[in-house]
Amino acid sequence: MSTLLDVENLWVKFPTRNGVFDAVRGVSFSLGRERLGIVGESGSGKSMTGRAILRLIRSPGIVEAGHVSLHGDNLLDKSEKEMRSVRGEKISMVMQDPKFSLNPVMTVGAQIIEAYRLHAKATKAEAYRKSVEMLEAVAIRDPERVMKAYPHEMSGGMGQRIMIAMMLIPNPEILIADEPTSALDVSVQGQVLSIMDKLVKDRGMGLIFISHDLNLVSQFCDRVLIMYSGRIVEVCDADKLHEAKHPYTQGLLGSLPRFDEPRDRLQVLTRDPAWRDAPSVEGRT
Amino acid sequence: MSTAISIENLNVYFGEHHDLFQAVKNASLSVEQGASFGLVGESGSGKSTILKAITGLAPQWDGSMSIEGNTLNHKRDRSFYKTVQMVFQDPYASLHPRHSVDQVLSETLQLHGFRDVNDRVNKLLEDVGLGPAFRFRYPHQLSGGQRQRVAIARALAPEPDILLLDEPTSALDVSVQAEILNLLSDLRSEHGLTFLMVSHDLAVVAHMCERAAVMQKGEIVEVIDIADMRAGKTNQDYTAKLLDASANRVA
Repeated sequence: MSTLLDVENLWVKFPTRNGVFDAVRGVSFSLGRERLGIVGESGSGKSMTGRAILRLIRSPGIVEAGHVSLHGDNLLDKSEKEMRSVRGEKISMVMQDPKFSLNPVMTVGAQIIEAYRLHAKATKAEAYRKSVEMLEAVAIRDPERVMKAYPHEMSGGMGQRIMIAMMLIPNPEILIADEPTSALDVSVQGQVLSIMDKLVKDRGMGLIFISHDLNLVSQFCDRVLIMYSGRIVEVCDADKLHEAKHPYTQGLLGSLPRFDEPRDRLQVLTRDPAWRDAPSVEGRT
Repeated sequence: MSTAISIENLNVYFGEHHDLFQAVKNASLSVEQGASFGLVGESGSGKSTILKAITGLAPQWDGSMSIEGNTLNHKRDRSFYKTVQMVFQDPYASLHPRHSVDQVLSETLQLHGFRDVNDRVNKLLEDVGLGPAFRFRYPHQLSGGQRQRVAIARALAPEPDILLLDEPTSALDVSVQAEILNLLSDLRSEHGLTFLMVSHDLAVVAHMCERAAVMQKGEIVEVIDIADMRAGKTNQDYTAKLLDASANRVA
């Protein structure tokens, strides 16, 4: 498997009044043409890892790494201007909530066309045609109407599909999806995921799927990194997640209420301070 | 056993005139004393609206509702709020950011005419597993799980018989969710509470409840025993679809 992205020893630091807070502490992993899941609780640094790859951590936050290389090209050495041609075109990101990520005063069409024309030299008519095609690809009925609509006129599921369309239209090599379905209903979730899955497969893209939902990740991804307080505690194949060895992963799985196995009490996670200090597990293949 | 909550032909509306929207259509259900009843369905199916109608937060309703045999009018008196309390979905939004835990709890206790406020605040904090160290903290000094514990303590303050739970754990991590659900089960058996619980997560409802109503577009599609639900025994297409969607998340 060819490696698209290789991350070595990534740190994300936030200086505070009480010293430096390390949100991500020395994480290494690689991504090929696969679906890589990153799971963990809130505050485990999973979203920060995704953002750090695109250098979207705002000052005073600091990103440090041995390298974050895309096809051997270190993203950390790039200027802000050069980064702009990476974002969207090479790596794009789908955020959690369409309500906060779409521009409320621009029509859906204008936003998608803008995303396309920023990276491809295309006439307006061509961009329009391409945008309608893309909306069709994410299973939106009546794309012509949606092009003219504003984000508030869309439901949550539609908004998320519009986001996916917008992020995929420049044809990136890597898609980072940060909790793309957490704001959606279970029934809509499946639909959005299968669309994303199909597009990723058809285009041979690499996908980083960030989620707190273990069951979802084990069904959807190929490989899973489990993060705890800024470090990777375990790496496993997604279909073998239920055989995970680390007590943290087992604890998370045990704390889920099971539909098929009723229990009187749920297992509660007891945290071992040693987990925090254990070195990060290598997430490379 | 007597009936704690009984709802018959409930209709709830929002807006007026040409904007009138019927959020709940002809819903009927009854919950026995000490039982735990779930409401499941997609967002917008009207499950939270039923809770709001019971507490009086959705004033436009018709039909009949009764709590422990007393028929509810459009105006609620204090004894109602001593019987029924609600825990909201988002602990980040449901606590006043500039009131300390102590203020939140003692205000509620004073409103309900308790004298021994000091002792009761300590007892409530202990009941929800927080301890006296948390008494003078503000919401921003608490984690999500701790805030939800405070919200539960606030609901328990008037010593209610019935708790209405509106997605009490959906804003929390799974590990914290387990703690809160265990806490709720413990409190229920200790205080003999009746739960009416809304959740979009079937596994959570199955864990907590004995029976559940499946809702779609404002209507109750069916009322089903959890044992039947686990076994997949349903004659409604919609319930089957919902069960399938929650088991196989990736279509």
